[in-house]
Amino acid sequence: MFTGIPTVQQTAVYVYQTPVRIWHWVNALSITVLAITGYLIGSPLPSLSGEASDHYLMGYIRFFHFAAAYVFLVGFLFRLYWAVVGNSYSHQLFTLPFWRRRFWSELLHEVRWYAFLEQEPRKYIGHNPLAHLFMVVIITVGGFVMIVTGLALYSEQTGLGSWQDQLFGWVIPFVGQSQDVRMWHHWGMWVIVVFVMLHVYTAIREDIMSRQSLISTMISGWRMFKDDRP
Amino acid sequence: MATTETFYEVMRRQGISRRSFLKYCSLTATALGLAPSFAGTIANAMETKPRTPVIWLHGLECTCCSESFIRSAHPLVSDVVLSMISLDYDDVIMASAGHQAEAILDEIRHKYKGNYILAVEGNVPLNQDGMSCIIGGRPFIEQLREVAADCQAIIAWGSCASWGCVQAAHPNPTQAVPIHQVIHDKPIIKVPGCPPIAEVMTGVITYMLTFERIPELDRQGRPKMFYGQRIHDKCYRRPHFDAGQFVENWDDEGARKGFCLYKMGCKGPTTYNACSTVRWNNGVSFPIQSGHGCIGCSEDGFWDKGSFYDHVTDTRVFGIEANADRVGIAAAGTVGVAVAAHAAASAIHRIKQRAGEHHEENDQA
Ligand code: HEM
Ligand code: HEM
Ligand code: SF4
Ligand code: SF4
Repeated sequence: MFTGIPTVQQTAVYVYQTPVRIWHWVNALSITVLAITGYLIGSPLPSLSGEASDHYLMGYIRFFHFAAAYVFLVGFLFRLYWAVVGNSYSHQLFTLPFWRRRFWSELLHEVRWYAFLEQEPRKYIGHNPLAHLFMVVIITVGGFVMIVTGLALYSEQTGLGSWQDQLFGWVIPFVGQSQDVRMWHHWGMWVIVVFVMLHVYTAIREDIMSRQSLISTMISGWRMFKDDRP
Repeated sequence: MATTETFYEVMRRQGISRRSFLKYCSLTATALGLAPSFAGTIANAMETKPRTPVIWLHGLECTCCSESFIRSAHPLVSDVVLSMISLDYDDVIMASAGHQAEAILDEIRHKYKGNYILAVEGNVPLNQDGMSCIIGGRPFIEQLREVAADCQAIIAWGSCASWGCVQAAHPNPTQAVPIHQVIHDKPIIKVPGCPPIAEVMTGVITYMLTFERIPELDRQGRPKMFYGQRIHDKCYRRPHFDAGQFVENWDDEGARKGFCLYKMGCKGPTTYNACSTVRWNNGVSFPIQSGHGCIGCSEDGFWDKGSFYDHVTDTRVFGIEANADRVGIAAAGTVGVAVAAHAAASAIHRIKQRAGEHHEENDQA
């Protein structure tokens, strides 16, 4: 704290409950593993020499992709459940108040803040509207698309009649053919990678620049405000 | 109908011995993945059932399906199957021509109303009132609609009849469409491939003729017994895929050793067909065995899925052909630079703001 501002009173609100915080970090880890292994499935590492029986590199990479995929899937379903039973901030991830004028004006304000056109950001107990919009579009919609296309691809190896096939096999003719499903699954990875880059950057930036805590909030659950002004 | 010959009688008349006939029955049972006891069932069916006629129509196509069909691995199989069908109508191999041929078509339609199988090779061009394919002086679509109206079921031979294939590739000047987009009220069995494998074709048709029912189909209407798995699932190079051993160049060590062709754009992982099990030319080989990746010829729209040497489809975005990885890396790079620039700008902004606050303080003091 610099001396300029006289005695700052910090208020705190409990925002992210423990299951949400645990989910966040498990999810972050699984997505990182999925993006790396997924990229390596699309563009495998340089060829290995020797006998085929000496190695199982592609097999392990694919195994980690599928293992992380199931973690991601179970996490997603759990997070959906928690949105129902958790506190009011927990369903932000699955709802976007696009019918509210205020949401859009605050969104514009947040964009202007990032463009250095506003002197001061507003305070938000939950997500700021820009983050909120991105999370719903990329994590909820994007994650859903990755799960659906991913399980459709998975059904190709578990075969006709498997539960993956029965639940998600229709996706392949719906999208076109197998190669199209892979293409969308592949594009999805890049969309998520770009989101993660922006997300991590803005989390750090806002932790420093905004009037509230962010990273520590995702660790302890408490949102701290740095000043008392509205 | 009582006067109609049985399959067996037709075959005998064509000079096929009983011994050959029984051999054919067991070969077919094997090809269809049935237990050996089914050979007897097939023989019995063929001896007692009246022959089901097959009409084979040709739309907009290249005849590669017919070419494949008459090269069925076991000569016996093609003999037998041809004797079952060629008698009726097939512009390529029937003896009659002109009005005589068209008359046969009419005759079968009326005599066997609702009881014959329609096999279609090629597809239907819709542009210019169907002028791009004229049969007997009329657009093919008219012939197809008429013959389909009285048939029992339709077999769509090859990728053309099943999906559209090359004549329907972008920009599809004749607006060629697969059979299922023209005929909606009959069961359609798709047997895709460019061409389909001969044994797959004879297998499907024999199954339908002997058991008088349609083989089990998948969601897209392909017989599960031949299209239930991908090339990749049964590929003999698969152990190299799992090991991470790839051909990186057409002339490298890996190519000589027969490593996996994934990096050379093999589309085996996205292609449903029987090549890696049934193989081609009497089971001699198939594309991957001869060192070239699968080009996905039995998949919907395979001409429009980018290069044959790239397993991730190029996407037409903003009018240019772009590879997901190139765009993705460019986007991630741009965002990375933007983030760094924004971070620097934010830092400067903050320093300036603080300096401003200090000034205010000093002024007040
Ligand atoms: C080192 C990496 C990361 C850091 C430092 C980080 C930090 C944060 C922070 C501080 C928040 C709270 C934002 C707020 O208070 O409004 C948050 C929320 C969130 N983050 Fe991350 N994050 C990281 C990685 C990821 C990754 C990889 C993903 C997945 C793509 C992700 C997805 C989310 C989601 C969905 C939320 C909203 C949580 C909810 O509403 O339940 N984060 N993150
Ligand atoms: C955010 C999550 C995910 C990311 C970033 C991701 C990324 C990728 C990428 C880039 C590929 C390579 C595609 C190609 O070029 O051929 C891939 C393949 C695949 N992914 Fe995912 N994926 C995700 C989630 C999932 C999920 C939830 C599943 C469900 C089980 C899944 C199953 C698969 C399968 C089956 C393949 C094909 C592997 C093969 O055939 O060898 N993925 N993934
Ligand atoms: S050569 Fe093609 S089909 Fe065979 S294992 Fe490699 S990618 Fe799969
Ligand atoms: S290997 Fe692939 S491209 Fe070649 S014939 Fe079989 S399905 Fe067609």
